[in-house]
Amino acid sequence: MSLPLWSDDTLLTIVLMAVITVVSRSFFFISDAHWTLPRWAQRGLQYAPIAALSAVVIPELVMTQGVFIHTVLDARLYGAVAGAAFFFWRKGVGNAVLGTIVCGMAVYLPLHIGLGW
Amino acid sequence: MFFLKAHRRHPAFRDGFMDMLGAAPGIAAWGLMTGVAMVKSGMGTVDALAMALLVFAGSSQLAAIPLFIAAAPMWVILATAFCVNLRFVVFSAHLRNYLMHLPRWQRLITGYFTADLTYVLFVRAHPVPADDAAGRATQMAYLAGNACINWFSWVSASLLGVALANFIPTAWGLGFAGVLALTGILCSLASSRLRWVAGAVAGAVAVAAYALPFKLNILVAIAAAVMLCLSLESRPALAPESQP
Repeated sequence: MSLPLWSDDTLLTIVLMAVITVVSRSFFFISDAHWTLPRWAQRGLQYAPIAALSAVVIPELVMTQGVFIHTVLDARLYGAVAGAAFFFWRKGVGNAVLGTIVCGMAVYLPLHIGLGW
Repeated sequence: MFFLKAHRRHPAFRDGFMDMLGAAPGIAAWGLMTGVAMVKSGMGTVDALAMALLVFAGSSQLAAIPLFIAAAPMWVILATAFCVNLRFVVFSAHLRNYLMHLPRWQRLITGYFTADLTYVLFVRAHPVPADDAAGRATQMAYLAGNACINWFSWVSASLLGVALANFIPTAWGLGFAGVLALTGILCSLASSRLRWVAGAVAGAVAVAAYALPFKLNILVAIAAAVMLCLSLESRPALAPESQP
């Protein structure tokens, strides 16, 4: 299965990638040193979660191979709208995220597999 | 973390677990397709299994695959993985006040297990770091429960994807379930006008800056949204965030 051009270092590289995961996710609390974030930064970080998710999600919906889509015949758009509509209809109560996935996929899969959108 | 009995027995463990449960099928679908992608790109089974078990960072795994195929030098792969992970550096600044009471080895393990959704759901459930022992125990138990199901669904599905790569068609687009899981949680965060602004700005900037290497568009988008919302907060017309 393995291609010949895979170096013997592959496993070592993978282990070091796991180390990179630890270092990046722990970056500001690796050291024991005492310091506190400036107040403006603490306030600003409250917007980081929604900004980060949106920055990941939106390109996944409207870009193909790095290019903005030029058609509205794209199953992802309708899947995401259906999922979000379900979420807001339920006002986020209970397992609304699961409903978002199920509803979104129920719209996405037929359009994507059936119509090739 | 979830290997600590004290965290597993705490009632907040279940809260964290349940908050992630709805998103777990999406995470699993994404992990599955990442496992499939690793094998279909020509990665050896042992290497793909090791990656699925150890790295626990989907975007850096996907960024690394073409570099492995091109036999890029190790430092290039590692530097790429770090750059793709830069958003976690931002998250770690946010999490710092929640975690500094732990010994370092526990902080590092907690950091390792705190991927995007765990971070997002944790600060949504606990907007302010606790300053007493009971509050900290609750927060750490929540984080452990949340990370537990996230890790388990991602890793088990990735391993399954590696094993069944040749039977799972990528054309079906099952990985879209992962995008939908993020969409649902994104909707749950849009609880104030300024947060809507943050989401809209970040989404637009991430698309506009998509051509940047190493997924830096995400970092630029976060920075732009945070800066803009901070400056809008000071305008009297927009009430400042009372609940962070």
